[in-house]
Amino acid sequence: MLRLERLVLAQDGFRLTADWAAEQGTKLAVIGPSGAGKSTLLSAIAGFVAPESGRLLWQGQDLACLAPGARPLTILFQDQNLFPHLTLAQNLGLGLRPDLRLSAEERRRIEQVMERVGLAGLAARKPGQVSGGQIGRAALARALLRARPMLLLDEPFAALGPALKAEMLTLVADVAAETGALVMMVTHDPKDALAFADRTILVADGVARAPAGTAALFADPPAALRAYLG
Amino acid sequence: MASRIGTLIPAILAVGLALVVLAPLLVVAGRATGFALGPADWAALRFTLLQALASAVVSVGLAVPVARALARQTFPGRGALITLMGAPFLLPTIVAVLGVVAVFGRSGLVNDVLRLLGLGPVSIYGAHGVVLAHVFLNLPLAVRMVLQGWLAIPSERFRLAESLGLAPRDLWRHLEVPMLRAVLPGAFVVIFVICLTSFAVALTLGGGPRATTVELAIYQAMRFDFDLGRAALLAGVQFGLCAVVALLGWLLVRPAPFGAGLQRAPVLRQVGGWRRAADALVIGLAAAFLLVPLGAVILRGLPGLAEMPDAVWAAAGRSVAVALVSTAVTVMAALVLALGVAHGGRGAGAMDAAAALPLATSGLVLGVGLFLLVQTVVPPATLALPVTVMVNAVLSLPFVYRLLLPEARVLRADYGRLSTSLGISGLAWLRLIVVPRLARPIGFGAGLAAALSMGDLGVIALFASEQGATLPLVVQRLMGAYRMEAAAGAALVLVLVSFALFWACDAWGRWYASA
Amino acid sequence: MRTSILATGLSCLAFAAAAETPVLTVLTYDSFVSEWGPGPAVEAAFEAECACDLQFVGAGDGAALLARVQLEGAGSNADVVLGLDTNLTAQAAATGLFAPHGLTAPALPVAFDDPLFLPFDWGWFAFVHDKTKLPSPPKSFEDLAASDVKIVIQDPRSSTPGLGLLMWVKAAYGARAAEIWAGLADNIVTVTPGWSEAYGLFLEGEADMVLSYTTSPAYHLIAEQDDSKAAAPFAEGHYMQVEVAGKLAASDQPALADRFLQFMLSEGFQSVIPTTNWMYPVVTPAAGLPEGFEQMRPEVSLLKSAEAAMAAREGALAEWQAALAR
Repeated sequence: MLRLERLVLAQDGFRLTADWAAEQGTKLAVIGPSGAGKSTLLSAIAGFVAPESGRLLWQGQDLACLAPGARPLTILFQDQNLFPHLTLAQNLGLGLRPDLRLSAEERRRIEQVMERVGLAGLAARKPGQVSGGQIGRAALARALLRARPMLLLDEPFAALGPALKAEMLTLVADVAAETGALVMMVTHDPKDALAFADRTILVADGVARAPAGTAALFADPPAALRAYLG
Repeated sequence: MASRIGTLIPAILAVGLALVVLAPLLVVAGRATGFALGPADWAALRFTLLQALASAVVSVGLAVPVARALARQTFPGRGALITLMGAPFLLPTIVAVLGVVAVFGRSGLVNDVLRLLGLGPVSIYGAHGVVLAHVFLNLPLAVRMVLQGWLAIPSERFRLAESLGLAPRDLWRHLEVPMLRAVLPGAFVVIFVICLTSFAVALTLGGGPRATTVELAIYQAMRFDFDLGRAALLAGVQFGLCAVVALLGWLLVRPAPFGAGLQRAPVLRQVGGWRRAADALVIGLAAAFLLVPLGAVILRGLPGLAEMPDAVWAAAGRSVAVALVSTAVTVMAALVLALGVAHGGRGAGAMDAAAALPLATSGLVLGVGLFLLVQTVVPPATLALPVTVMVNAVLSLPFVYRLLLPEARVLRADYGRLSTSLGISGLAWLRLIVVPRLARPIGFGAGLAAALSMGDLGVIALFASEQGATLPLVVQRLMGAYRMEAAAGAALVLVLVSFALFWACDAWGRWYASA
Repeated sequence: MRTSILATGLSCLAFAAAAETPVLTVLTYDSFVSEWGPGPAVEAAFEAECACDLQFVGAGDGAALLARVQLEGAGSNADVVLGLDTNLTAQAAATGLFAPHGLTAPALPVAFDDPLFLPFDWGWFAFVHDKTKLPSPPKSFEDLAASDVKIVIQDPRSSTPGLGLLMWVKAAYGARAAEIWAGLADNIVTVTPGWSEAYGLFLEGEADMVLSYTTSPAYHLIAEQDDSKAAAPFAEGHYMQVEVAGKLAASDQPALADRFLQFMLSEGFQSVIPTTNWMYPVVTPAAGLPEGFEQMRPEVSLLKSAEAAMAAREGALAEWQAALAR
């Protein structure tokens, strides 16, 4: 269970509070106006922003003392999810061993996963030589390899077309099902939230509200969400 | 995690660097009996400032059109030309001066042509000659620094600009000027400071005591008057000047506002029409200015190759060994410092300043101070080569550091989080992320450090033993023994070896970055 | 702590290696040590008779030598300093670091006697030119100043020939020196840090004449079979450079140092000088002087005493700077 305990995030004038918990295996959408703090919330969970006060707990353990790489999660950023100078296979390998000293068994797993996400035959390509969709697949494949209990998505597919994005969301759902991970996905699009997430976190007016049932939330949106949806 | 490399090691390194640079100055000052500057010293200060300012402005000003032309035109041999045009910076000063003289001197090419045209001779001796030689030596560095800036603009940005139908003038305003604002102050400061501590160029081409630089005044104070107080004071003033200029440079620097690119092959955005003709003219003139004197050095040295004593080869071997070791030290230290500063946090500013310190130091005072320090412990000659390695490493560190820092910052901004979130740390991080991403500036910086180390004469002269002569010292000894032909030959060997080392490192960097 | 252990270790090593034979350390200028200088032959000749190890330490050029002596001070491990000239010896004597040599100085064109410093070679400064390009060179400083002949000289603040020229003009013209320098200002192409840069520029054709020595043409004659170079005789006479050696009082090998100074005046040392240092030996070798050395012998030799040179230096330098700064 992920628990945000009286969490306060503050960054020059900006302030966001959260106080709620989410069960393992849940798929959460994070929605709200631009600049409300969706990315900051994910950054804090991932360990890039230190809370001003409050605690972040995973299965009752405080995350504060864990470096970002050691936290039980994988995060995909808006962009720069792959190193451009490494091949796709190497980028995936980083998910298994950050020093890339891979065993034959690990190489085989990478191959399997690439096949699994539809990247067969592209192992030796570099990110500059493949399409945006393929870059997204590679980043997800790495998340699959890392198999951490949380997967944070900071709009990594915002630049993709609707069909491609839908495909990616399916892949995310598959990955989540395979790893049993708690997924938190920032999105702008209510349709994505409805299609993907059981529950949705509304971030607005300095508060990240507790997850609420996605369908119910959009059926009867609170004022802040109504303003956002227009 | 990268944080240990990010904080503790660079901090220790920065403190050590500051000690190596400042302790000798303090030791020299400690031996002083009094501190006073005379009117001649103030005149020297004024001349030094003016010539350094002029040299830096002209070098940087000319570098912009040259680098721009090289960045936006492709032609066969472009890569080779860029490498070759870097050569003058690698020349030992005295060789460079002779090359400049062979072209612009009283009996040089330019005056021969003027005579044919029935025009009076022009003289290069005087302040303008000093500036000319400094531009010859430093334009290559400026061009390379500015060109790096151009190449560092991600091709995605140019593609975007292209797609928006931006004309060259708009490109200039929206992409190139912001890049120049980030790159030019640094280039200006480095060249200004190099020219500030210049010694032999000013003295040989300056035409007389009008052209006394501070470094020469230090030399004079230490050698003829043995006035260590004046020497230390002048070195202190020189330090102060460099600090002020560096500070001004910092205030002017604007980090380039470009973000990351995906390293797609650069889009061809060759500019055509009259602009292509203008670019060709600019490149042609710059190449002639930089390469004809170089050609003169080569022609002058060829006949001497046959007359060279074996000592030249032994000394060349020693110089290469010293250069390789000090290059390794420099590159590692500069990399650690650049990553530490890019990491930010407390002390980053102090570390940045420490990395620039060696630029401002007087080579003479550094040598004498180290000599005094070492002498109390062991006979200085026994430490000739280690001290030379250390001094070369320290003196070339600022250049390598300056080359690495912007790229280290970009690396941190673009991939810092990704590296951290994947838990890539320590040596794996260096091997997998840092070295491949920074291979280009590392290779260029290593080449620069190796060549500078090859050509350096400063400190070894004080420590040299009978056996330990390096190649520049042998060139000087040959000249001192009337053997100008053999000296020219040995100088050619020096130039070729320096250039080969530079080329090998630079080519490695480019190959590794694109592999 | 560790460095001092290391240091002790290093000096122990050095000591152990040297314990067998005594070491005589001679501090001198670089071109003396180089394989084209007198160093190697002198070393071989002295070691053949002294049962010792003669080690030369090069300390840059002649002008750097005195600074090096002062820098090392009483802690120096050198025994003999070789290569100062008389324009610098007063300053060297004032350091109190030198001990009397107790020998009789050989005869020179001018009277010379110094209890601390013993001459080993000498020469006359002269302007050297190419006879084919400048068939009738100026015959005096005044003649030179009136002509449009271009010269390269060395900086008196960084080179011994440069300082020698300063003294030459001062010795020849006294109070008129400033006027002479003002007249020469437009003849001077440039002022170089040391002899080699100036001579290099002259050979490249940058100037018609260069300040060097009367013996310089002999080098081209003997080593290059080129007789086109000549030294121009000046009516005022020619200033001398007398190069000397002295024993350091703090030497741990005083007897060996004395022996070296004696050897310095013998055939084994003196016969090497003409064609390696290209200066006149203080004792003419058995084989006589090589060809070219008698080509130009000035009628008047000028030399200020060490004390007079030291006293005149500051004023002469100021005159020189003022005249050339315009």
